[in-house]
Amino acid sequence: MADIALHFNQVTKIFLKGKDHLTAIKQLSFSLKKGKVTGLLGPDGAGKSTLMRLAAQLLLPDEGTIQIVNQSNDTDSHTLSNSIGYMPQRFGLYEDLTVQENLNLYSDLHGLTDNERVNRQHELLKLTALGPFGGRRAGALSGGMKQKLGLACALLRAPQLLLLDEPTVGVDPIARRELWTIIQDLKKHHVTVLMSTAYFDEAEKCDDILLLHEGRLLEHKTPQQLIQRLHNRSFIVTHQTLTKRQLHESLRTREGIQDVRINTEGVRVLVDPQHIPIKNEQESWQPITSSFEDTFIDILGKNSIQHVTSANHSSPTDNNAIKDNHHTVIAVKNLNKLFGSFQAVKNITFSVRKGEIFGLLGANGAGKTTTFRMLCGLLPSSSGELFLDNIDMRHFSSEGRGRIGYVAQKFSLYGNLSCTQNLNFFAHAYGLKGDKKKERITWAINEFQLIDYLDMNTDNLPLGIKQRLALSCSLLHEPAILFLDEPTSGVDPIARREFWQRINLLAAQGVTILITTHYMDEAEYCDRLVLMSLGEILAQGTPAEIRAMTVTKEITHPTMEDAFIHLIESHEKDIRRAS
Amino acid sequence: MNKQRLTGLIKKEFIQIIRDPSAIAIAFVMPVILLFIFGYGVSLDAHHVPVAIVVDQPTHESSEFIAGLNQSDYFTPQYFSSMSDAQQAVIAHQVNAILWLRDDFAKNLYQSKTAPISTLINGTDANNAHLIEGYLQGVWQVWLTQYATYHAKPFIIPVSTQSRIWFNPALRSRDYLVPGLIAVIMTLIGALLTALVVAREWERGTMEALMASPVSMSEILLGKLIPYFIMGMGGMLLSVALAVTLFHVPLRGSLFILLILSALFLLVALGMGLLISSIAKNQFVAGQIAIIVTFLPAFILSGFVFDIHSMPVPIQVITHIVAARYYVSILQTLFLAGDIWPILINNGIALLVMAIFFLGLTWRRSRKRLD
Repeated sequence: MADIALHFNQVTKIFLKGKDHLTAIKQLSFSLKKGKVTGLLGPDGAGKSTLMRLAAQLLLPDEGTIQIVNQSNDTDSHTLSNSIGYMPQRFGLYEDLTVQENLNLYSDLHGLTDNERVNRQHELLKLTALGPFGGRRAGALSGGMKQKLGLACALLRAPQLLLLDEPTVGVDPIARRELWTIIQDLKKHHVTVLMSTAYFDEAEKCDDILLLHEGRLLEHKTPQQLIQRLHNRSFIVTHQTLTKRQLHESLRTREGIQDVRINTEGVRVLVDPQHIPIKNEQESWQPITSSFEDTFIDILGKNSIQHVTSANHSSPTDNNAIKDNHHTVIAVKNLNKLFGSFQAVKNITFSVRKGEIFGLLGANGAGKTTTFRMLCGLLPSSSGELFLDNIDMRHFSSEGRGRIGYVAQKFSLYGNLSCTQNLNFFAHAYGLKGDKKKERITWAINEFQLIDYLDMNTDNLPLGIKQRLALSCSLLHEPAILFLDEPTSGVDPIARREFWQRINLLAAQGVTILITTHYMDEAEYCDRLVLMSLGEILAQGTPAEIRAMTVTKEITHPTMEDAFIHLIESHEKDIRRAS
Repeated sequence: MNKQRLTGLIKKEFIQIIRDPSAIAIAFVMPVILLFIFGYGVSLDAHHVPVAIVVDQPTHESSEFIAGLNQSDYFTPQYFSSMSDAQQAVIAHQVNAILWLRDDFAKNLYQSKTAPISTLINGTDANNAHLIEGYLQGVWQVWLTQYATYHAKPFIIPVSTQSRIWFNPALRSRDYLVPGLIAVIMTLIGALLTALVVAREWERGTMEALMASPVSMSEILLGKLIPYFIMGMGGMLLSVALAVTLFHVPLRGSLFILLILSALFLLVALGMGLLISSIAKNQFVAGQIAIIVTFLPAFILSGFVFDIHSMPVPIQVITHIVAARYYVSILQTLFLAGDIWPILINNGIALLVMAIFFLGLTWRRSRKRLD
């Protein structure tokens, strides 16, 4: 037991929801080794947060025992919580308090003496690079800075066990990299870290992985061991004539292929161990090392991935419709937005063609959501031109708005209405009546496989299903343009895959799609994209063109994330130099 | 209990109060607005009520009577030549009542026959109608007495009432509304504000972070109780000061007793607020519950505006579980009558019991767990 930091023994946790018993954790047993970084992975509703709270002693198990740092379960929780640092999902900061005041509060709560406090706070401010922001209110910090402050508060008492619940959700890649630097630093001080995450590239940086599904532990191995199982099953497929998206569609439904995903080089494919897929002509298959995301899909995905089929029977490779319609659907010219003296959007220009998937990428506060709202006619622009389908959106015309579908960041569904009621409501709101309404709702239910969830209240649905419902609601009136504002944030990989399959189908049917996202791998699904920072467009073009911009001697094959970080950092450096 | 942790929490709470405009609004702006509305705007007295006078046949007696009306502070007479005109005026809300002296006024008066005047009062506002009726009768009786003594006639009315009004001789409704209002204001700060700020901690996830630190539940509770107790007492002192200086409400009892009993009531309100927030963990629901369970009863069922004794019996029974009822009674006694010990002690005991009940229940319910 000497090298064990946290031990779960046959732990079960049941929640009462009305009359229902919801088993969040089922007979879970595992031990964390001291000084290791363990990643906790699993889809939504797998019980990740419950596990974290159990470990932090915020919940008591219904069965089984939890031991922390060789202390038994029933010891005084005061001494216990001094050895644990816990950062809840939304960082647990007081937004009205400044950075310094938050640190002072938690120093008091952890009983730091004046001397200790000065030293420790100084140390942590240096570690998190928050020093210059001591006087700023926590509410005014960016997502990444909040995350670091939350971490600093959890680290004040130099805990032996650090519990981080989804610390990187909604945080841009730069801030995520910084967090990992801090975690590596903590490892040197023999701190045991348990963090839950939805990012698979992060999972690969962990020493150990706990894979959780429906409250059960599926795997507890190192990332390397997990990837081993996929030996010789991952390939990159490229095609001489087809675009990546078209190839993706053709591979998706092929026998023997378990998973398809677009990435930098081509279409990434995971093949079934039993089946050998048929390779078409003009296709080239190259074996590659598997990633952790593949493993996750392999373990979890077999049962839960539902193949999306188009009810319209439009063959995905039949791309005549797209080729014929290369006209511009969205035209933005010299668009500006001022909030008081703050310029949220600076003179941006871009255009989107029919049937294109167009991405807006940027760090937190880059002006993506503001641009979106202006495009949807939800926010007036300060100056510049804005045309959707040749309709001037500056006049807030309802004609223009009737052609767009909009899925907002948090899905704007009515939580206490059932799926059917939500669909009915949105159909009404878009002015659908009678047979037409019935037809579209039936279409939505079939197309989005909502049949099992019709009578459930939206609040009780898993995030992935909510996202499907929100998407179906926005498509009821058959819009020509679809706006998606971070639709995949916090949604697990399986749901994200399904989502992208649907988006591909829609684009193939000629719907123009504008999307913002935090996930850099998703940028590869876009036909073209713009990269925004501090209200400006830094780069514009196809994913390959943008990656090509950042090729350096050190990084010859930059990923989208490398490109993103490179462009934003050099841009921000320029600004700092200028000011 | 650890002093450093507790002071840390209290400090944090005060910083939040200062920075959060909604806390300031509930604790200081709302009380002042309420005081001004009830002190200046709302009056349950009738003053300068417009009354239509219709005199069929002016005589010496009738003009004497009307002169009496004119002198009264309560009425502003307007003259109409016919009943139909006067009725039109009632319908148009120009006047609230009609006083009709028929052509046989003087004759009936001499012969001591009954009902020499008729009054017609607009009953849409029942409360006001009652008041006007009473005032009119008062004027009439005063005039009759004067008339009898002046003319050395035998007194017509066999029984005369001699009324004296105690505690509030001027019958100023402000004098009992403003003290009662203090109960409402303290309910706002104690229950509503506290329920909201605790629910906010749940909503924003800060409660989770607090609980994961070594702080104990009693420290968290005291960390809320102490700041809002200070706020509540501040709000009360502000209200008392405004009542006495601006609205000239007399404070006949002892200020010390007022402070002690107010503190007791505030503990009840805080206990209710904390209990609500331990049930409802989001601000909207907590706010709704606090308004329905604490604020509205303090307004309606406390005897602050509506007299408890004139309520139906079942409602009267219900008022016994409204803490504000006991406190309003204490306030009205202390302000208008003085230190009447039996009333103060009985109501004080009721408050003490309720304070122990609510705080005890909160204490028992609060565990350092999320479920």
